Amino acid sequence: MIWVDTVLQGVLLGGLYALFALGLSLVFGIMRLVNLAHGDLIVFAAYLILMLVTLLGLGPFVAALIALPIMFGLGWALQRVVLNRVLGTDILPPLLVTFGLSVVLQNALLEGFSADSRRIPAGWLETASLPVGPISLGVMPLLTFLSAIGVTLALQFIFYRTSLGRAFRATSDDPVTASLMGVKPASVFAQATGIAMVVVTIAALYLGTRANFDPTTGPARLIYAFEAVIIGGLGSLWGTLAGGVIIGVAQTVGAQINPEWQILAGHVAFLAVLLVRPRGLFPRAFD
Amino acid sequence: MLTRRRLLKSAAAGGLVTSAGGLFAPALAQGSPVRIGYVSPQTGPLAGFAEADAFTIEAFNRIAAEQGLNVEVIVKDSQSNPNRAADVAQELIIDDGIHLMLVASTPETTNPVTTVAESEGIPTISTMAPWQPWFIGQQGNPGDPGSWRPFDYAFHYFWGLEDVIAVFTAMWDQLDTNKVVGGLFPNDADGNAWGDPNTGVAPGFAAAGYETVDPGRYQNLTDDFTAQINAFKAANADIVTGVVIPPDFTTFRNQASQQGFNPKAITVAKAILFPQSVETLGEAGHNLSSEVWWSANHPFTSSLTGQSCAELARAFTDATGRPWTQPIGFIHSLFETAADVIKRTEDPTDPDAMAEAIAATNLDTIVGHVEWNGAGVPDFAAQNVCKTPLVGGQWRRNDDGTFTLVTVENSTAPDIPTQGEMQPLS
Repeated sequence: MIWVDTVLQGVLLGGLYALFALGLSLVFGIMRLVNLAHGDLIVFAAYLILMLVTLLGLGPFVAALIALPIMFGLGWALQRVVLNRVLGTDILPPLLVTFGLSVVLQNALLEGFSADSRRIPAGWLETASLPVGPISLGVMPLLTFLSAIGVTLALQFIFYRTSLGRAFRATSDDPVTASLMGVKPASVFAQATGIAMVVVTIAALYLGTRANFDPTTGPARLIYAFEAVIIGGLGSLWGTLAGGVIIGVAQTVGAQINPEWQILAGHVAFLAVLLVRPRGLFPRAFD
Repeated sequence: MLTRRRLLKSAAAGGLVTSAGGLFAPALAQGSPVRIGYVSPQTGPLAGFAEADAFTIEAFNRIAAEQGLNVEVIVKDSQSNPNRAADVAQELIIDDGIHLMLVASTPETTNPVTTVAESEGIPTISTMAPWQPWFIGQQGNPGDPGSWRPFDYAFHYFWGLEDVIAVFTAMWDQLDTNKVVGGLFPNDADGNAWGDPNTGVAPGFAAAGYETVDPGRYQNLTDDFTAQINAFKAANADIVTGVVIPPDFTTFRNQASQQGFNPKAITVAKAILFPQSVETLGEAGHNLSSEVWWSANHPFTSSLTGQSCAELARAFTDATGRPWTQPIGFIHSLFETAADVIKRTEDPTDPDAMAEAIAATNLDTIVGHVEWNGAGVPDFAAQNVCKTPLVGGQWRRNDDGTFTLVTVENSTAPDIPTQGEMQPLS
């Protein structure tokens, strides 16, 4: 029974990792941009939600709902004003810019919010659980996982059922030809980053209610997000979700054998997948 | 994190204090001032320990000027990084030519600084790290007690693991439990010291009749504690203890509630030291317990300002708008001891005279009596270690969501009054 519990908890943990990874996957899939500030943007969004909760007295979910359009706007502006200028054939300048952004964000947050560790209060939901036979599953982890599925479905819909998604895919495949057909890559990229920031906000909601955060916690979990993207196959949204779940389950199962192996097991699972499928489990296209 | 701007800022802050000290100096006494170097983690994850630095040094400079002490405090930021702490200690000794080194706040700060100062022959007063990691951690071979040597210039006052064991078990004795303790020990300096099956807390707990369940070392900033929770459930543990960082403790506490594990007592170090960390837990923070080294309730007064503990705590809150925390008393006592030592030293520029004066200290400070007489300390460390009292406390949640630390166990230091009884969590 302990093993069933361990695997289930791992799947739920995977939902959190998938939420971290989906924004990263989206941005990388469309513009081949590795966003090293992703973790810090999640922490930034968590502070934004926390501010809305404490200043306006809102519930965390309502606060996140208000934060979504704000973050979309910030993402759009970030891409328009900063990142579009450095995108090109060379992948190094955008990498350096996002690295710099990460340092700037951390220190700005430290100035603004001090080094105190904070948390988004979620009231009774924090400790609520759902008994499933002899196992009890936390309501928040369950919501996290369902949100990860919801976000994947929504992104999948945008990508494959809307004209915006067609523009995303076209720009991703060949920006020059796409712009010949009337698609403006700069504008498409800005919208993609905006959507990625919406996903970041959802991740921030669940990270901020699950554990404490302070201005320096951003980068710590970035590595799991990268691993989830790579395991899933670059550009595949369902693959990213699967990648998150694989790392989550590997960690809990590893910990069940010995807590010292928890983090290691996640990394070993990542390497094992790469050995068997060097392009990830569900690579979207061969490019 | 080390950045150019932060470096400039801390350098500027250091310079400011220097010049402030210099302003007082010429009018008050002839000759050059006694230079005190102080290393503390003003930025980074340990920044909470250094919260009261500016407040304390301002008071120290004021009193020193009133009493005609010609001193100058030079502050350096360790940025919560042991390597950086060693570097700035070196700078203080070589570039600033300090006569006395003060250092505080976790072995990550005290050990590198003390090691550098000892090798350079600069007298050092250190505090706020359990004495075992401080004394044994600085030895050439921590694994071989025969090789341990006392220090000539380094003096430390705080409590030790044996005190934590005594306080924790005494707190649990107040409750009706099955005496099974689950341990959360991470893979870091503290976790490895506490969790060591031979020299950690487990043998001490066993001597008091408590059985320890230790699932093994985990990494800090882990996202899942299912394995530990299952192990504690399987062993039917009524008590949880450990040295956990705040984010991990929140994750553990939530997951434990979600997965139906409700122990009768959770007594942890580190995670619930600061009221800000406890507040993030909300209702789940009520009745969590921890060791208490200083509080506004302690019956001591400052030899420097004459303030009682409650008055010092209130002055800090008035000056900064923040609640009192345990490190405030210890930072204050560090400067109390420094002032006392400088007053008693004939020639403060002579390191040996200064070290002798420190060894001869016999002072009632705001954290208790400081005297390096070897009381309660094993022979090998008696020369360098002085123990201050330790009691046990519980966080009680107020109606407005803030928390109050209530002393509930004082059998190890009966002169510190209790304010309540230990209450079970559920």
